[in-house]
Amino acid sequence: MKRTVPLIIAATVGFVVIISWFIPYAQSWGQNVMIWFDILAAIAIVLGGGNLVKMHLRKVSDRRSGWGYSLITLLAFFTTLAIGLSKFGVNPSELYPDYVWSGNHLQEGGGFWWIYQYLYLPLASTMFALLAFFIASAAFRAFRAKNVEAIILLGTAFFVLFGKTYAGVIVSKAPLEWISTTLGWQTDALEMFRLDRFQETIMDTFNAWGNRAIMIGIALGVASLSLKVLLGVDRSYLGSQE
Amino acid sequence: MIEFFRHLDRRWIFLAMFFAIAIPILTGLTFPEDPSPMVRSVFQTVDDLPEGSSILIACDYDPASKGELEPMDAAFTRHCALKKHKIFYITLWPGAVPMIKKNIDILEDEFPNYKYGVNYVNLGFQAGQEGVIKVIVNELQDMYSFDDDGTNLDGIPITRDVKNIQQMDLIINISAGTPGAKEWIQYAATPYGIPMIAGTTGVGAPPLYPYIPDQLTGILGAIKAAAEYEQVLLEAYPEQCNNPRSRLGQQRMGSQLVGHLLIIGLIVVGNIVYFSDRKRGKV
Repeated sequence: MKRTVPLIIAATVGFVVIISWFIPYAQSWGQNVMIWFDILAAIAIVLGGGNLVKMHLRKVSDRRSGWGYSLITLLAFFTTLAIGLSKFGVNPSELYPDYVWSGNHLQEGGGFWWIYQYLYLPLASTMFALLAFFIASAAFRAFRAKNVEAIILLGTAFFVLFGKTYAGVIVSKAPLEWISTTLGWQTDALEMFRLDRFQETIMDTFNAWGNRAIMIGIALGVASLSLKVLLGVDRSYLGSQE
Repeated sequence: MIEFFRHLDRRWIFLAMFFAIAIPILTGLTFPEDPSPMVRSVFQTVDDLPEGSSILIACDYDPASKGELEPMDAAFTRHCALKKHKIFYITLWPGAVPMIKKNIDILEDEFPNYKYGVNYVNLGFQAGQEGVIKVIVNELQDMYSFDDDGTNLDGIPITRDVKNIQQMDLIINISAGTPGAKEWIQYAATPYGIPMIAGTTGVGAPPLYPYIPDQLTGILGAIKAAAEYEQVLLEAYPEQCNNPRSRLGQQRMGSQLVGHLLIIGLIVVGNIVYFSDRKRGKV
């Protein structure tokens, strides 16, 4: 029973979504199912939060290595949650001034806005910005022309790195002018070999072809896996014992 | 010299990268932009729409990608306002709500005649990822009964007659991952034939190229494309030249150029060391 009911629910809902796409009469059924999905997704945020608290509380309680970080995570989690839910520092909305909690929780000057603006935003930006430093270090140590494949990758990287800045125009200008004057070719005809244009060509051709092939392969895999799930052949989503 | 680079402490590389980024920012170093055909095509898609067209701008990114995506987001907002299009802001990312507020600040500061609820609306965030798209393509109010400030959509002039997003003339998605451009293409643009353009991070652009041109009209990839879009916008609307905030992307291209040159230099030096070692039989 524990296995059969979830299987029936999954199969029914899955087939309803598929049918609703092909039969206009059943379109509203699919719409309802999608609304259930969105409600479940919203509830999943609560489950995710609960799981996060459980994991980190256990780590702090067991004094496992790095438990201090877990404590900071819990403090940050509960502080943000309390400030967000209480709408600390948020003034009532202009439309509903009589209702104390009517203001937007992200209202400028409010507690949640303050956390976002002065903690989350700089921290997230800093984490992403650090990539520039590690990419530079990794490029120096790991990007070696060891074999033909690596040379192709290296060459493409150079085209893209140059092409994504004005350096691409500067670097290709002199050689293209030389070719134009020496061979008497029209400058317009050589435009596509300018590095900033050439990197676009790489994206439009080799990149698009490769990605399209991968995407078609993935789509076929997803279709067959979905069918296996809907028919109950693949039950791995029910848990590890399945 | 090679010996120095062979044992180069990576902290020197970090310091070099710091200067490569900081000096262009501090000196305001910028370079001219020559917009690519792709950027011009994206611009024309917005520009060719008749005045007052409905445009859905989905801001699906968070502060981590703000540096890369904010300039194109701002440029799209300015362009839509200059063309007097109706703008519907939406996001599937909880961290993106303040990004929409930034766009609204632009409209309030630079386009005082643009009125909230009449010319633009902020629908805000809704949980459910691509599930939200699947619902609002048929019935907007099944997911969004209120705008971000809690006003009922029936009470807002711009949304009163909007049943679903099939009524949009264009979807503009600024995306840093999932859910993002791919989901908007798969669940809204392609099945219902809604024209769509996308702006993404540098790493997010390559997987979207297979969708061009049938499912996706065009794409702006990273800060370079944003700077080029700003250039086309300035050429088409010269009155914007007096607005220093309209060159946000171009101001960031100086750092990108020097940073890229440093990385190229490091790769070259790294390979010189590698071939030197190979010659000496150390590799």
